Amino acid sequence: MIEISKLTKRFGDHEVLRGVDLTVDRGRVMGIVGPNGAGKTTLIKTLLGLCQPTSGDILLDGRTILGQEAYRAHIGYMPQIARFPENLTALELFDMVRDLRGTPGVLDASLLRGFALESQLDKPLRVLSGGTRQKVNACLALLFQPSLLVLDEPTAGLDPLSSAILKDRLLSLRGEGVTVLVASHIMSELEELCDDVAFLLDGVTRFAGPIGELTSMTRQGTLERAIAALMIREVA
Amino acid sequence: MSVVTKIVRAQTRDALRSRWLIVYATFFFLLTEGVIRFSGDGAKAILTLSSATLIVVPLVTLVLSTIHVYNAREFTELLLAQPIRRSVLFKGLYLGLALPLAAGFIAGVSLPFLLHGGGDPAYRAAMITLVATGTALTFIFTAISFSIALFAEDRLRGLGIALGVWLLVGLLYDGLVLVAVALFADYPIERPILALTFANPVDLARVLLLLKLDVAALMGYTGAVFQRVFSGPLGPSLAAGMLGLWIAVPLAVGARQFRRKDF
Repeated sequence: MIEISKLTKRFGDHEVLRGVDLTVDRGRVMGIVGPNGAGKTTLIKTLLGLCQPTSGDILLDGRTILGQEAYRAHIGYMPQIARFPENLTALELFDMVRDLRGTPGVLDASLLRGFALESQLDKPLRVLSGGTRQKVNACLALLFQPSLLVLDEPTAGLDPLSSAILKDRLLSLRGEGVTVLVASHIMSELEELCDDVAFLLDGVTRFAGPIGELTSMTRQGTLERAIAALMIREVA
Repeated sequence: MSVVTKIVRAQTRDALRSRWLIVYATFFFLLTEGVIRFSGDGAKAILTLSSATLIVVPLVTLVLSTIHVYNAREFTELLLAQPIRRSVLFKGLYLGLALPLAAGFIAGVSLPFLLHGGGDPAYRAAMITLVATGTALTFIFTAISFSIALFAEDRLRGLGIALGVWLLVGLLYDGLVLVAVALFADYPIERPILALTFANPVDLARVLLLLKLDVAALMGYTGAVFQRVFSGPLGPSLAAGMLGLWIAVPLAVGARQFRRKDF
């Protein structure tokens, strides 16, 4: 369970997060939405320890993560842009991260098969296409059986088939009790994947809860319409 | 095996396959081979190689390291999301860059001498000093590059700062010192000039090499003063110690930046 409370982050004069409160229950898939600059990426980076918050706290299963690093052993992270050491192969990359973690992670067989990735694993990463690198990125995020998955625009650059395979795998992982956080601009994708959605605007959580609650509250048929209605209401 | 070693091993594996590192090593190999063929393997060869080392090693190290740190930004973020302490990751990333660069330089300069039977025994100490000095410069400017790239978010700005640093320490510095000497010619300025030598790692390296070779040519003003004050064994060891400090300080600054940075 993730409990984020009164989280703020200031970059110079610019306050990106202005008191974010958010709770994500174990085994739930939560989508994080909001316009550009709303603080989605900063929120994710703070959770991963890439950013230190100005104030506030993040608890993971009741314990603070601030200034810690061991908790990341349970997190799989799939960044938006996949850039790896150019001259290594995917296999060498996996070995490197296994070595660093000191745990023998197992490659996700269903993803490998679905992505048809086996033949690409011993080529230098620099010759792989952007989409193929994104598949490697997904496999790396799932390498260590994480209990929390953090995904930033996971299907960007993936073809429809691979995108469907990844989403199916995420849903099956939810069934196994894995908590998933997804930041995305593709509302239909979030609607397909997520139980809950958090809507960030100007560094504050404006809504957090089940998708159904949001659509009935705004009297809209789809998540996209519901978010649009929220944004119009906020601006007005 | 420590986590630092593991990071270094993987980074080194990547770097050793990099085209630029091979070009860099080949450059020094061809240069050294050419110099030996034209002017033998004695003092003159080492002097020529010294001049080249003092210019090329800082330049190539600054440019390649700065570009590398920017290119590795996304991967660094991925590594930061692993259960590794930041200070450990920094050490690994730094050594993973400095060691291959140093290896390229050492291999390029040493191989021709080894192929030609080890070089003139009378100048072997000078030769070893040259290799050690070039290696120290590599470690110094890799650390400075990390600091620059962590400071400037924009890569063009970072590269500009790196080139500015090189112009200053490699080319302009001795000229600026001469201007200062001319301006304050009526004052006792030997000690301030010595301090100026300590403030520039390339100047220090030059002094160290020329003290070993015992030649006044290419000495520059600071070198001449240094030799006058520190003749005897104290000079080289002091210069070497200062070079060590020039590795330690930028590295400590870079590590601090890395620990505190918001990626």
